[in-house]
Amino acid sequence: MSIWVDSNTRLLVQGITGREGQFHTRQCVAYGTKVVAGVTPGKGGQQLDDIPVFNTVKEAVAETQANCSMIFVPPAFAADAILEAVDAEVPLIVTITEGIPVLDMVKVKNVLKHSSSRLIGPNCPGIITPGQCKVGIMPGPIHTPGPIGVVSRSGTLTYEVVYQLTQQGIGQSTCIGIGGDPVNGTNFIDCLRAFQDDPDTKGIVMVGEIGGSAEEEAAEFVRNHVTKPVVGFVAGLTAPPGRRMGHAGAIISGSSGTAQAKIEAMEAAGITVVRNLGELGEICKEVFSSVL
Amino acid sequence: MKIHEYQAKQIFAKYSIPVSKGKVAFSVDEALSVAKELGKYPVVLKAQIHAGGRGKGGGVKLANSESEVKELASSLIGMTLVTHQTGPEGKIVKKILVEEGLPIESELYFGMLPDRATGTIAVMVSSAGGMDIEEVAAKEPEKIIKVNVDPLLGLQPYHARQLAFGLKLAPEFVKQFVPMALSLYKLFVENDCSLVEINPLITTFDGRLIALDAKINFDDNGLIRHKELLELRDPDEEDPLELEASKYNLNYIKMNGNIGNMVNGAGLAMATMDLIKLAGAEPANFLDVGGGASAEMVEKGFRIILSDPNVKGVFINIFGGILRCDVLAEGIVQAAKKVEVKVPVVIRMEGTNVEKGREILQQSGLNLIVASDLKDAAQKVAAIARN
Repeated sequence: MSIWVDSNTRLLVQGITGREGQFHTRQCVAYGTKVVAGVTPGKGGQQLDDIPVFNTVKEAVAETQANCSMIFVPPAFAADAILEAVDAEVPLIVTITEGIPVLDMVKVKNVLKHSSSRLIGPNCPGIITPGQCKVGIMPGPIHTPGPIGVVSRSGTLTYEVVYQLTQQGIGQSTCIGIGGDPVNGTNFIDCLRAFQDDPDTKGIVMVGEIGGSAEEEAAEFVRNHVTKPVVGFVAGLTAPPGRRMGHAGAIISGSSGTAQAKIEAMEAAGITVVRNLGELGEICKEVFSSVL
Repeated sequence: MKIHEYQAKQIFAKYSIPVSKGKVAFSVDEALSVAKELGKYPVVLKAQIHAGGRGKGGGVKLANSESEVKELASSLIGMTLVTHQTGPEGKIVKKILVEEGLPIESELYFGMLPDRATGTIAVMVSSAGGMDIEEVAAKEPEKIIKVNVDPLLGLQPYHARQLAFGLKLAPEFVKQFVPMALSLYKLFVENDCSLVEINPLITTFDGRLIALDAKINFDDNGLIRHKELLELRDPDEEDPLELEASKYNLNYIKMNGNIGNMVNGAGLAMATMDLIKLAGAEPANFLDVGGGASAEMVEKGFRIILSDPNVKGVFINIFGGILRCDVLAEGIVQAAKKVEVKVPVVIRMEGTNVEKGREILQQSGLNLIVASDLKDAAQKVAAIARN
């Protein structure tokens, strides 16, 4: 019923003893996620509640067989934390941290090319398989298990989408926030491919925003490789060019990266694109009626 | 973060990248003394604003004598310069760069920026310099030569040679181009730039390769490790409300509409602006109060929105996750008690502690329009827009 995280996920939290790290670790535990270890350099041997804290990721993985890491390390040190997790061969690395310098991320991206680790984020809400495992900062109770996969570049906008789905009685297989930075790990296409291959995902909601060309490339992929129904939304039709709209990646430069161009590309690929966010839930109910 | 051409040229000079000689002037007298120092006419006067297209907009002038410097400098300083990048309202010119005139043989383009799709640093050059490079890219893509640099390796001399020979530079210029490109890459990486651009990069009849223009943008996220660069920030170039908002860690962008809005999260904020437009109104701003906003931040944000005289109504849209609805409600109530709210306010809240938040709003006795969901909220905003 899911991709990448489920009830077998054994979570490690890098930056577990910080304010954010502590708070969200407890929220994940409360949701039912198996949090098996934490890492804070210099605090090895301590515990957060019952969770053992280690000095290094390698040590934590060796002792606890963690297979997923969630990173809350501050931006100046976050790239180093990701590289440490890659070096320890953690299969899935979810980076919540916002504000990592782009030049750090381009280095990380090139290291990832030569590794088997998958990075989600940075600057993202994380990933959740409702009812099984929450790796991130999203509010758990708005989610409900079901057959629709959700992938988004945004945080609270994803919550809004998931909330509307749940209100309509449409559950989710897995929801992924890929993050609002220009250079990130997992992209739309990776998620779309995984949802297409997941027998329990019957339909997909894809939420984009201005900046870059990830939505256009994803639309091309949908056209050629996705047989499941896809509903889309793109934020930023009213965004002025040349201004960074909060996310480092959300900038219209010149004539590229506009919401209009993305919507057109997605519609041309057969994606049902919702214009009025208030109607997303209702439209999903209609589009997904044949697969629900 | 953007900086001015004269500041970018100072950084270029530190990296031994040849730039045209000159100095910034804040007044006509200063312009005259810089011209005197240069000792030779013609000199070029260039308006210093954070926008491109200055030449086409009338912000770059050639002066052949002292009296022309006086005349042109006094017309430039204080003028409102409108270019395709400033928007129709333009920007007031407060300083000009006075530079030596050079015997230009050819105008080239040089640009460097992170390539988001490939996770590399893209370095681009073109023989069609001096023009709008996006137009060149669209119409004559073969005129742009590009290399993608693996950031783990860095720009290598062979990359620079590929670019130089691609430009069909004469051997004397290739010799100058290669070290220049390597220095530019060094500058780019060491300062966490998001863009370094030279348009035009010129060759002169006396055999020199010189950056006639210089543009540097810094990655805002990179500034955490370059505190010294923050001194280059020019508050004159920023909107006063945006500057005020940034003091409270609020992400605010002023726009020209009449419906103010406050949202948590950048994606939802953009979607909310779009919803306002669909409702038949125009958003007055973008305001993301962030995930972990305090009641005080919400109060400050609300005050900033209301201080925009164009605002005829406010739409507050919060999906409580980490930011709880009760915290938001308290901030609104606090702000409303301190400032007189003369415009209708529509509030839509959902998520963590929503009941508690609604209760606080109800008990406040404030005249607020509470919406049940987004669709309802959009209709209520539309009603305000119609009146």
